[in-house]
Amino acid sequence: MLKHAGTNFITRIWYGIPEQVRHLMVPCVVILGALVIAHHLFVPRDFGLYGHYRASSVLENAERPIKYAGSQACADCHGDIVTTKMTGYHKGVACESCHGPAAAHTEDPENVKPSIPRTRSHCLLCHEYLPSRPTGFPQVVSESHNPVKPCITCHQPHDPKPPHALKGCEACHTNIQRTIVLSHHASLECTVCHDTPKEHNVSPREYAPKKPQSREFCGKCHAQGAESSKEIPRVNMASHGGKYLCWECHYPHMPEAH
Amino acid sequence: MRKKGDEHVDKERRTLCKLLLVGTCSLILPGAAGAVAEKKSSTSWYGTTYKPSEHLYGMGIKVDRCIGCGRCVDGCKKENNVPDEPFFFRTWVERYVIADDGQVTVDSPDGGREGFKGPTEEKRAFKSFFVPKICNHCEKPPCVQVCPVGATYRTKDGVILVDGDYCIGCRYCIQACPYGARFLHPVKKTAEKCTFCYHRIVKGLVPACVEVCPTQARVFGDLMTTASPISQFKRMHKIVVLKPHLNTEPKVFYADLDMEVR
Repeated sequence: MLKHAGTNFITRIWYGIPEQVRHLMVPCVVILGALVIAHHLFVPRDFGLYGHYRASSVLENAERPIKYAGSQACADCHGDIVTTKMTGYHKGVACESCHGPAAAHTEDPENVKPSIPRTRSHCLLCHEYLPSRPTGFPQVVSESHNPVKPCITCHQPHDPKPPHALKGCEACHTNIQRTIVLSHHASLECTVCHDTPKEHNVSPREYAPKKPQSREFCGKCHAQGAESSKEIPRVNMASHGGKYLCWECHYPHMPEAH
Repeated sequence: MRKKGDEHVDKERRTLCKLLLVGTCSLILPGAAGAVAEKKSSTSWYGTTYKPSEHLYGMGIKVDRCIGCGRCVDGCKKENNVPDEPFFFRTWVERYVIADDGQVTVDSPDGGREGFKGPTEEKRAFKSFFVPKICNHCEKPPCVQVCPVGATYRTKDGVILVDGDYCIGCRYCIQACPYGARFLHPVKKTAEKCTFCYHRIVKGLVPACVEVCPTQARVFGDLMTTASPISQFKRMHKIVVLKPHLNTEPKVFYADLDMEVR
């Protein structure tokens, strides 16, 4: 120590430190320097800005593209459908629940079209009967509920009114019911013309209803001398139609004469 | 007592201490100054008026409304490019069937994405219902705690996110999550999970699963706003969280949840 006394200040300090510590300081400084350099090179600049993570990662998460545009975006152009939907049972169902992600469609409405699920299976995702579904939610057993037919043939998906339950004859003879309501015979009960045994309800094929078997049956209203409303068209029962029964030429459920 | 030479040594020691202090400071200060400068330049990280610290997001789930249609699972997969394979989900729907003898069966075929097929039970079901599951965005998230590199974190608005670029794929967080909400992306080999659709909520939209839910079984909003749907949900329902004994403080709240649900 004394050997270096009197030379400049720094040198005096340096050699003032015991030799073993001096030697130890060299690797310490090297390691510390390496750590500083490694930290500078490998840790991202923005790490620790908000917490123990990379701050720009938040931005990366926030900047990912949107696929579902949201129902407000749909309403901007398709106001008519939104109005239809607003009062119906499907008012809470977002457009994209059925039509799929539509953000691409909002950007390029001409070329990108969202899907229109017309199949039965799509509706059944929600409406197939499952014991686990909440009580009161409208469900059908698809095997027995008009099998094969797509749901949208009877139900308007934007305003799905449940069709009224069919009762009496129309429960089975829906096609005839739909025809007759448009004809002049709309006010007639089926049983006026069809003598139907009660058992027909239970075994329809074994106890078939009867059809009018005589010209006189129609003549009760349509013969010239019949006691019926004056608006009802009349025919001369003797000269008109000969040997044929009336319904062999005139379809009674839509009897307009051509 | 003291020798005369000791005074000289004391002086030198003092100078050394000073030198060491100056040296250390000169090493640290430029870095600190740089960090401070950077902090100033990136205070408005999102470039809009959106301030993360003014929000705290949460979700509510009405179990009695869930019909198990799986639209949420499908919507989530489409919105977030979740792998199609039937074992990667950010959200999924479970069907609980409780038999007469109290035995509980839980199934979730393809996460419920294609809906559920008819009754499966051999025994007569006592009751049955659907439970949508999702990351609970815990206030005390175990997954964040265990991440060794800081690749998963809680944002200021209360959402737990993953930094895909920083994740080393060690799967530690997947093990730590008590709700099974995380998975390893089969291609990227990094951890993935629900983000509450962070890219949507910062723009004022709701998460995709909430958007597409046909029965409004899912509710989303800002817990800091008393008029938000989630605050209203919390007021109007008797709510529970999943596994409350773990003290993770989830921000996904369930209404009408059965005690059998884990």
